[in-house]
Amino acid sequence: MHLELSYFRDPRWAEKFRRILGHLAPREPVKIVHVCGTHEITIAQHGLRSLLPETVEVLEGPGCPVCVTSTQDLDCALKIAEKGAILCTFGDMTRVPGTRMTLEEARAAGADVRVVLSAADAVAIARRHPEKPVVFFAVGFETTAPGTAAVLLDSPPPNFFVFVSHKLIPPALEALLAREPRKIAGILAPGHVSTVIGAAAYRPLAEKYTVPIVVAGFEPLDVLYGIALLLRQLRAGTAEVENAYPRALTKTENHRAKKLFRKVFEVGPAVWRGIGEIPGSGFRLRPEFAAHDAAQEFGVTGEVGEERPAGCLCAEVLMAQALPTDCPLYGRVCTPMIPVGPCMVGMEGACNIWYHYSGRPRL
Amino acid sequence: MRRLAEEKITALHGAGGLMMEKLLVERIIPRFKIRAAGPIGLDQLDDGAVVDLPPGKLVVTTDSHVVKPIFFPGGDIGRLAVTGTVNDLAVMGARPVALTMAIVLEEGFPLSDLERVLESAAAALAGIGVALVAGDTKVMGKGEVDGIVVNTTGIGVAARPVSDAGLRPGDFLLVTGPVGDHGMAILAARNTLPLESPVESDVAPLWPALAAAIATGGITAMKDPTRGGLAAALNEMARKSGVGVEVEEEKIPVRPEVRGPCELLGFSPYELACEGRAVLGVAPEKVEEVLRALRSHPLTAAAQVIGRASSEYPGKVILRTAVGGRRFLEMPLGDPVPRIC
Repeated sequence: MHLELSYFRDPRWAEKFRRILGHLAPREPVKIVHVCGTHEITIAQHGLRSLLPETVEVLEGPGCPVCVTSTQDLDCALKIAEKGAILCTFGDMTRVPGTRMTLEEARAAGADVRVVLSAADAVAIARRHPEKPVVFFAVGFETTAPGTAAVLLDSPPPNFFVFVSHKLIPPALEALLAREPRKIAGILAPGHVSTVIGAAAYRPLAEKYTVPIVVAGFEPLDVLYGIALLLRQLRAGTAEVENAYPRALTKTENHRAKKLFRKVFEVGPAVWRGIGEIPGSGFRLRPEFAAHDAAQEFGVTGEVGEERPAGCLCAEVLMAQALPTDCPLYGRVCTPMIPVGPCMVGMEGACNIWYHYSGRPRL
Repeated sequence: MRRLAEEKITALHGAGGLMMEKLLVERIIPRFKIRAAGPIGLDQLDDGAVVDLPPGKLVVTTDSHVVKPIFFPGGDIGRLAVTGTVNDLAVMGARPVALTMAIVLEEGFPLSDLERVLESAAAALAGIGVALVAGDTKVMGKGEVDGIVVNTTGIGVAARPVSDAGLRPGDFLLVTGPVGDHGMAILAARNTLPLESPVESDVAPLWPALAAAIATGGITAMKDPTRGGLAAALNEMARKSGVGVEVEEEKIPVRPEVRGPCELLGFSPYELACEGRAVLGVAPEKVEEVLRALRSHPLTAAAQVIGRASSEYPGKVILRTAVGGRRFLEMPLGDPVPRIC
């Protein structure tokens, strides 16, 4: 593994890409959007922006599942925890502010909120506590949804429930492209999500919005290669879906994953924090799994709470319309220690990543 | 059957009476080989120690240690408590002369564990020939403190004290060995993550390893990268010195068994603590001499130049990444692993 990693970080290849990118550099400034916290971490951690042409700006869109989880869903999770369930979720989810408080604050006030690394961990807790309802607050995109689907298909105990807040990437991309047509020059699509949904899922978008879409992996050279393919398409004036991650993405369709999803979930509208409702962008449980549906079991509905603290630019950051450093709160009022907006909380949030790895200045 | 008071710490041990004296005289004091650095030391059980000071400037430092778990791969809280203070003196350019040690114990703390901790602290001191001249023991109720807290205060003398604010543009930055070992060892020992690591803590007193390098007179600034690791040490040195620092990722030694888990967990190895390393700023004309001096001692044999100070971006640290990108290496928010030292 170490060998393989160092291969995709070879500085000689990076230098070659820097020169290729220089040759392909567009004359006018262009905006490339990716939708994946892991891409942003790679870009920031390895200082890749310093290798890009001045005219190329790369921004993270709605790529942080924790950040885009709506206040309504968070409020529902809070209510479930307050009704006496053991609420299990991923670590950074516990720090995102809901309307009244964070899950962490709810825990301090006596609720049983636990951090898990997977849906399977939550099932294990349910088996250890058959006397109590255990609820998995399921956030994440197409990459984490299979984990949730798998535990539900594996006869979980009757005291195990899921509060589903899973979201789908292609509809979010469409919302992004529809809001500002022609402003986004290219999309760097997330490699892991793409192995689940297949690259073919992006084709309608590329055609409808005449925008090139390139699926890229997560090592520094993967990202540079993906950006190079996008710039090449921009120069050629094409709008194709290309695969810059052939070592993982081998098929255009993933029928197994689709079958798994269809067994457990149906697609419906979902509310994204900062963006609003996007049709067909969320999963909900099929009626066959009603017995494990936390929303029904606990009869919770979300309040439409405060989505945006004063001055917070998270909505613009999530829509790739602002850089974290454009926000007046960034680094002053809003830090990972005392986050104001969700993009500073989620470990995949652009503000959090920039704070750790310094997205600006371009050195 | 042994009585409880012989196996576990009870409130009586901390009450200043006979039980306390018995504990001190029988269990604690005899373990330390060097018990005085002047006319009055540990044996006299007086209200204070009297120390004969060699010539030079007096350097004083203090630190309370609360590591969890108290026994970890490569060390324990006893060795750590000695090391932490000795290294703080050493990176000030001072030869350690004497230490004091104050221990706060939780009622019910196993006496055998206390003995192990003291044995280890005593061995660390004996290894570098430094005296323990005074001490204190307190016992708190069950739940009022978590197991054991060890405070050490150290005094040393320096012919030319070295601060962490003396970097000048052009100075080289050196690190004395691989970074992040202690942080990773503690993390792995806690068993809270699905992680196994063969890494041992680097906890070791850096005196006398640094002595020859200090004697060259070429060190302009020095720091031990404990909490917040290399990133915190470099940022602090850059900020206090008013210079920029640029380091090269390729040159920073990190063991693969530290880097691997860091990649998986999303930690930066540059933010993990070290307990047996120093970061040095060295004047350009003295670099070869300092490197030779460091490499002649096994504890600092892997010493390496990792970067240079400049007048670009004063107060900031720039990392040239392995792929050739450049970014700021920010001051860590806090240590990714709490309660490490």
